[in-house]
Amino acid sequence: MQFLSYLISGLGLGSVYAIMALGYSMVYGIAKMLNFAHGDIIMVGAYVAFFAISGAGMPPAVAILLSVLVCTVLGVVIERLAYKPLREASSLAVLITAIGVSHFLENGALILWGADSKFFPSNIFPQGGPTIGSLTISWLTIITIAVCCVIMILLMLFVGRTNTGRAMRACSEDKGAATLMGINVNAIISLTFAIGSGLAAIAAVLLGSTYPSISPTLGAMPGIKAFTAAVLGGIGSIPGAFLGGLLLGVIENLSKAYISQQLSDAIVFGVLVVILLIKPAGLLGRKVSEKV
Amino acid sequence: MKEKFKSNRNSTVSYSLVIALFIILSIMSGAGLLGRKYSSLLVPVCCYIVAAIGLNMNVGISGELNLGQAGFMSLGAFTAVIVAGALNFHGVTAPALVLLICIVCGTLIAGFLGWLMSIPVLKLEGDYLAIVTLAFGQIIVNIINNVYLGIDENGLHFSFVNNSIQMQEDGKMLISGPMGATGVNTASSFLAGFLLVLISLIVVYHIMNSRNGRAIMACRDNRIAASTVGINAVAEKTLAFVISAALGGAAGALYGMNYSSFAATKFDFNLSILILVYVVLGGLGNMTGTIIATTLLVVLPEVLRFLSIYRMLIYAVVLIVIMIVTNNQTIRLRLKNLRQNKKESGKGAKTNG
Repeated sequence: MQFLSYLISGLGLGSVYAIMALGYSMVYGIAKMLNFAHGDIIMVGAYVAFFAISGAGMPPAVAILLSVLVCTVLGVVIERLAYKPLREASSLAVLITAIGVSHFLENGALILWGADSKFFPSNIFPQGGPTIGSLTISWLTIITIAVCCVIMILLMLFVGRTNTGRAMRACSEDKGAATLMGINVNAIISLTFAIGSGLAAIAAVLLGSTYPSISPTLGAMPGIKAFTAAVLGGIGSIPGAFLGGLLLGVIENLSKAYISQQLSDAIVFGVLVVILLIKPAGLLGRKVSEKV
Repeated sequence: MKEKFKSNRNSTVSYSLVIALFIILSIMSGAGLLGRKYSSLLVPVCCYIVAAIGLNMNVGISGELNLGQAGFMSLGAFTAVIVAGALNFHGVTAPALVLLICIVCGTLIAGFLGWLMSIPVLKLEGDYLAIVTLAFGQIIVNIINNVYLGIDENGLHFSFVNNSIQMQEDGKMLISGPMGATGVNTASSFLAGFLLVLISLIVVYHIMNSRNGRAIMACRDNRIAASTVGINAVAEKTLAFVISAALGGAAGALYGMNYSSFAATKFDFNLSILILVYVVLGGLGNMTGTIIATTLLVVLPEVLRFLSIYRMLIYAVVLIVIMIVTNNQTIRLRLKNLRQNKKESGKGAKTNG
């Protein structure tokens, strides 16, 4: 029973990672860049939701929508200002710019909202939860897992079935050829950033509800974890990011419970190394062999 | 022959820059012109330069992104703390000797672990390789963060995760878990830092201009083509990775011996990223550029201090603007044309203007 409870809360944590990883992975798939600012967009999302509920007294649903909206706009603006001028540049230049953006958001938040951590409101999701036998599962965990599954299915349908989704896949394969087919590559990239950042806001609300203390450096570790989850599943793959996120959350929670609280990071990253050695392109990633 | 001449010229520029900087800064520091704030940066700048030169070996020359250089630095730093603790305990206190032994040990340990890590890391490619180096960096710091180590007349005492060390009366804790290294007798000096920078430049230029260096660069430019002419790509990349790790360890040892106490979390992901920023801004494979970029970027936050809370914000904006400007096609073309003769520049501007 104890094990099952750790497993389920691990799935809850993993679902948050999965939502972040989905955003990370989509941006990587289209723009071929490691967006190190993703974690900081999560931080902004958490602060917006916090001020909307605790400051302005908005109902949670409105606050979540507002947070998604702010993050979406922020993501698109960042892409336009910082990443678009570097479309032709080397991937390392874009990486450094993303780090610059990450520093900018972190320090901007520090100036605007101060270094002291704030307490995220706990009234967004219902307290308690159903009890099965001796096992109580919190509503938050159930909602998190459900939201994550819904997002994953919607994204798969969107990317797989719609025209825009097809355009996205075309851009990720070959931007030049996609342009020749009449696809507006810049619009598609903006849309990808919008979706990724919107997902970051949802992840922010769920993360804030799980770990209620929020501070300007909140995004750093989840950002790295989302990156790890995306790579674990095979970066660029939607079901891969989902699987990677869940796996990461479960491993982290179980190692915290059974092995060592302090060493959980080392264990999580150790598992990542082992998995990448067995499957060098991640669990569900495609191995692209180089043509000569 | 022309290439050889060019790289010799590059290295001469680097050496003269470092020596000139050292002489100027030493004189300024001696005359008290630098002030405490900037004097305290002299040794850290040398550490960052050595770590960045090492990382440039991996990222610039070998072409593999490494996000875990801080991990190697932490290995060097904590090795130095242990070695220095043991030496001090047995009565060896001459700073120069202690520092020399510490740096050698730090370099060897980091180099050895770098070699061990290179076995799994170099099986991967691109961003997958990058994340495994990130993972190793995190693992190293996470493990060191849980190490407790003390020394007394019976030797070294070690415990992991929980502090269960019981020592004789004369015992001294060297590393105490999350608190990190404590009570270090500092031994680093600007002169030592300068010598270390010079030695790492000699090592890196020597490798770059050797048969191995050309093979490493050939693998970077086209691995398959390099393999077809008989170059063992994995062996060459391993060499670059190990040198990079060893220099990271040397930098860490110097860094560790500069502070009386520091925690393992000092060497987190942000430090790895910081050093990567120095390398990319300085120019991939360009050691002179790395030295200049590191020096400027370490000093910049201090210069911006008058902006108080806005200083890191401005720093971030400067970073983004530099990246956008230096990668702007038009500006790049202008710079390139300036270097070429006039006839060619007119042609280039016409086709791309």
